[in-house]
Amino acid sequence: MSALTLTLRAEPRQRVDMSPLSAAKELTVAEIAALKLWAGRRRYRLDELFQLEGDDTTRLVLRGDCRKLDYVGRDARDLDITVEGNVGAYAGMGMRSGTLRIEGDTDLFAACELRGGLVQIDGSAGDFLGGALPGDKRGMRGGIVLVKGDAGDRCGDELRRGIILVEGNAGDYCGSRLIAGTIAVMGQVGAHPGYGLRRGTLLLWQAPAAIPPTYGDCGTHTLGFLPLWFAGLRHLDSRFADPANAFNRARRYGGDLASVGRGEILVRAD
Amino acid sequence: MVINGVHIDDTFAEAFPMKATRAIITAQNLEWAYHSARAMTGFATSVIACGCEAGIERELSPEETPDGRPGVAVLIFAMGGKGLAKQLETRAGQCVLTSPTSALFAGIEGGKPIALGKNLRFFGDGFQMSKKIGGKRYWRIPVMDGEFLTEETTGMVDAVGGGNFLILAESQPQALAACEVAVAAMQKIPNVIMPFPGGVVRSGSKVGSKYKALNASTNDAFCPTLKGVTKTQLSPEIESVMEIVIDGLTKEDIDKAMRAGIEAVCQLGAGAGIRRISAGNYGGKLGPFHFHLREIMA
Repeated sequence: MSALTLTLRAEPRQRVDMSPLSAAKELTVAEIAALKLWAGRRRYRLDELFQLEGDDTTRLVLRGDCRKLDYVGRDARDLDITVEGNVGAYAGMGMRSGTLRIEGDTDLFAACELRGGLVQIDGSAGDFLGGALPGDKRGMRGGIVLVKGDAGDRCGDELRRGIILVEGNAGDYCGSRLIAGTIAVMGQVGAHPGYGLRRGTLLLWQAPAAIPPTYGDCGTHTLGFLPLWFAGLRHLDSRFADPANAFNRARRYGGDLASVGRGEILVRAD
Repeated sequence: MVINGVHIDDTFAEAFPMKATRAIITAQNLEWAYHSARAMTGFATSVIACGCEAGIERELSPEETPDGRPGVAVLIFAMGGKGLAKQLETRAGQCVLTSPTSALFAGIEGGKPIALGKNLRFFGDGFQMSKKIGGKRYWRIPVMDGEFLTEETTGMVDAVGGGNFLILAESQPQALAACEVAVAAMQKIPNVIMPFPGGVVRSGSKVGSKYKALNASTNDAFCPTLKGVTKTQLSPEIESVMEIVIDGLTKEDIDKAMRAGIEAVCQLGAGAGIRRISAGNYGGKLGPFHFHLREIMA
């Protein structure tokens, strides 16, 4: 069986809510073609917007200019979704399991409130990657998000559980209000990393321009959990999987002492 | 059955069901892993009074351990799940958490999960941190030498305890020498431990006692100094008897260990003063697992 490929017939004039497609695993190709999608204030049959090809409804490929497609992979379970290019906002929101691979960039709130599975973004991610929706108290609570490019501001806002990996740079307020879990950034982070962080770990390869004053310097240490943590990433198609990029010595800054203060910023120290 | 002049008795060893778990202790080097493992498995020769039976199963190379450091695998056996969990927690807390550079990991996948570091984390007084890696939860507990890393749970499985055989020799040194070669051979078998000092017990017991308070007492039938005053199992030339007790994760593991041990003893042969191999047979009163010596050596 070949993956079900959905090719956009034309760039949509309005943003399209792709949420219904997450039920694809339980549907036939004909039923998927008949799904109703909101675009602006109108509803369209899916096959009005997309040309369908293939028959494996557990593997979906989105092709064309997908920048206006929002909520791709929302609440999906056990689906393998690939977007060939850029995608809109809320990609992978609340996803339970499976994989979502975006070969380009994502807009705001990618992987927000993710519960499980892997979201891989080959390009860059917008603000609030893995964060909580406005008004919600918990962001991502499971799974792994891998960004090969850069992440925007508020990366991992209110992250509750899970791992966010950023191979490039992250914007301001990285790990803000973190509840638990781990955010790792190989590049630079912007201003105010770990703002209001409660528990959890911000793991940095490069020292930030300034460590927030509400963090206490705990010195440099060899941490036994780091080799184990890196070993847990070996299955990824990422620089994080390369043992050459792993380390076990880090400078530890405890905080945010203006909050619960049981978390940490670890900065590579070798 | 006679092997190299050693008579194999037509009898069987009796063993009983237990619960078991394995823990992996790592440290900066093997020496410190052993310090911790020896402490953790100390005073754990018999469930009669120790609460559990424990021993070092084998050394682990850095490639075999979760954190890539040298380590040691220990097996702990108890009569029930609750007792095992309590012993594991107490011993981990007092012997591994306290040991410099140590880390503690689960050694059994599957089975019923029991707490390994799940409650030890509270030693961190709120400064402990958890990390979930590959579906498993680990705890980082700040301690004075850095951090103590421990897995949250390990697996508990059904197991078999009390497999045994007796070595009957013409002298005490000859019996001990035979035990030493047997234990060395048996230590190469995975999934088993010999919980007594050096793997050998010289005070084998029978079920019951003339004293009401005791449920086990000396196995007078195999005591050489009582040959003339009790219903003895010993012939005149036997001057010393020693026992090797084996706990294993399965009956098959104990079968293999007993065969390896008895083979090693028989290689010494009658020329080394070894006359008989027997077993602790309690007439079916002790447990449902029976290890027939002649079947094992067939």
